[in-house]
Amino acid sequence: MMTERLSGGEMLIRALQDEGVEYVFGYPGGAVLHIYDAIFKQQRIEHILVRHEQAATHMADGYARSTGKPGVVLVTSGPGATNAVTGIATAYMDSTPIVVISGQVANDFIGSDAFQETDMVGVSRPVVKHSYLVRSAAEIPRIVKEAFYIACSGRPGPVVIDVPKDTTDPSVFFDYEYPKSVSLRSYSPSTRGHSGQIRKAANALLAAKRPVIYTGGGVIQGDAAAELTKLARRLEFPVTNTLMGLGGFPGDAEQFLGMLGMHGTFEANMAMHHADLIFAVGARFDDRVTNNPAKFAPDATIVHLDIDPASISKIINADIPIVGPAGRVLAEIDRVIEAKLGEDPEALDKRALGDWWRRIHGWRKQHGLDHDQRHRQGLNGSLLPQQVVQSVYRATKGQAFVTSDVGQHQMFAAQYYKFDSPRRWINSGGLGTMGFGLPAAMGVQFAHPGAVVACITGEGSFMMNMQELSTCMQYALPIKVINLNNQALGMVKQWQDMQYGGRHSHSTYRDALPDFTALTESFGHVAYRIDHLDELDDAMADVFGAKHRDDLVFVDAHIDPEEHVYPMAIKGGAMNDMVLERVDGRDDIRDDL
Amino acid sequence: MRRLLAILLENEAGALSRVIGLFAQRNYNIETLNVAPTEDETLSRVTLSTTGDENRIEQITKHLNRLIEVVKVVDLTDGDHLERELMLIKVRAVGALREEVKRCCDIFRGQVIDVTNDAYTIQLTGTSEKLDAFIRALGETAVLEVVRSGVSGIGRADKILSL
Repeated sequence: MMTERLSGGEMLIRALQDEGVEYVFGYPGGAVLHIYDAIFKQQRIEHILVRHEQAATHMADGYARSTGKPGVVLVTSGPGATNAVTGIATAYMDSTPIVVISGQVANDFIGSDAFQETDMVGVSRPVVKHSYLVRSAAEIPRIVKEAFYIACSGRPGPVVIDVPKDTTDPSVFFDYEYPKSVSLRSYSPSTRGHSGQIRKAANALLAAKRPVIYTGGGVIQGDAAAELTKLARRLEFPVTNTLMGLGGFPGDAEQFLGMLGMHGTFEANMAMHHADLIFAVGARFDDRVTNNPAKFAPDATIVHLDIDPASISKIINADIPIVGPAGRVLAEIDRVIEAKLGEDPEALDKRALGDWWRRIHGWRKQHGLDHDQRHRQGLNGSLLPQQVVQSVYRATKGQAFVTSDVGQHQMFAAQYYKFDSPRRWINSGGLGTMGFGLPAAMGVQFAHPGAVVACITGEGSFMMNMQELSTCMQYALPIKVINLNNQALGMVKQWQDMQYGGRHSHSTYRDALPDFTALTESFGHVAYRIDHLDELDDAMADVFGAKHRDDLVFVDAHIDPEEHVYPMAIKGGAMNDMVLERVDGRDDIRDDL
Repeated sequence: MRRLLAILLENEAGALSRVIGLFAQRNYNIETLNVAPTEDETLSRVTLSTTGDENRIEQITKHLNRLIEVVKVVDLTDGDHLERELMLIKVRAVGALREEVKRCCDIFRGQVIDVTNDAYTIQLTGTSEKLDAFIRALGETAVLEVVRSGVSGIGRADKILSL
């Protein structure tokens, strides 16, 4: 077989081509110039020039979350690499597959405090699934192959490849052959569940009288939404999703209770607290879900399915643990249940389940998001954030990719945009990274050029990566940015209202904000400003209509700055301990807050 | 509860730092740590003693297994096992003390491996408790310098930790 002679830099790019990489999000610098020259000499991979390395990692992350394919980042050494760390940590916390290639000073200079030297493997170590330092160019094909395999398999995550400049030297050539397979004796992710555990889980599900299926990001990342939906529909059990799991089950289905947790729906949290069986799938009992673990779901048997053994019994002890890929295990559980119901149609306690659903409907009617009248009108006729999200939902017919940043707007989007399919809702759940939304939306738009991509953000988060408006102009990305502008760091302010006697310590900057419409127009984009409810739907129809199909449109929606996110879990309580609304300008806080 | 973990690790640059980093990052404790290549030079073996209840040890084990370069993890304290630690200890030995220290060393089956006019360097192996007891028996005034290897452990009988 003929082998090619390539330099290290060429091998790196060639290996990315052989992995099927379409886009590399990056920013050049001294340590990666050999690699950039190799990029220049080829056409198969498109390099996207960002304005800040953090944004490059979020773009790759958004690309990965919306497609399931790994996102790729290329940054230089030192500050280029450290700027990427926040994005790497974001991907790590939400288990998304990205491969970050960072330049490094030449091997001979490592450790000498050379110009733009940072120990990237050391700096990134706690927030990567794995990392490599390339010691010689000959290792490059194998390392790239392993990096992509590790990033995408098992519980996905970010992998860093730190590439010293000497290993990409354009004057030294090597035989290039891309490995066909990976052999790692110490890494073999689970490919199927234990059949005994699967039977136990099926029996527990059939015996349940007050069940809840609670699913997380694992269903999305594991491409298990179809299997989940099939099983849940067969059982007719209530389903709730975590912030990361939205879209894993159709959001507009009657059977869906909405998001659970700190800002979850009343009915989801009540159902979790009173359940006798909780089937957790690809979820990790995060503290934003469970509230106080000691008071969590006192009567529930816990069945926990996850690809990562370390997630099981970490916070809440699992009675029936199953390690395995969500889709395959759910399908097997469904087959067992189908067979059992075939033998005995009475195997499910329909009467108990009917009673359970009546209780849930009661909760929903009492305090559910749709039945709650409290946000019909904003103070002084002003616009409410929930109304804006609902208007976006109507204008996009629920079919947009929606990215968000972090804070109140993120919770409003999660509560009111009903995702009926996976990989549509893209947000930083685990790390909670402000500045994620716009670059993530860009990654999504690159991956889905014809799709409607909306970034629901707040002015605080938006300003953390707004330099990317320039990148959006360069690559003509028609993203719709919906800025829920409350002229404050809303979630911080809400906590200060509720727990710090209304002392707004450094959460407002009202008089220092830019004119966002003028700002975005200066980048060459289209901008709208909305202040009143009666303008809202017409504006959204325009923004998402044919008129602006090819434009980036920035909507500066000035909302009621006093609005809080409800329900809100009461600190230290159980899941049924929630503040539900603001009464007479004060929150209905119980004494035990 | 004290636990002794045996870890087989790829013998590669940076692998040990991931193990140690994991303990720091997840707020786990390392009491002693011992590491060296095995008969298969692509593998290192770590013996690490830590403390924690069953849940904590389970979490530590799971997280260690998540590290790509960790090949195997076994909790030696789950079953019968042997543990030994090596100590080199430099002791003041002048006048009447010289005989006294030598006698004590013999009782503990230590060896004097270096001698000067006023000091002995003694090599002693055994369980950590035995080494502690030797230091106590000498009395603190006699001890000039102590270096201990940390515990090494191995399963008893036919239990074997290998690939």
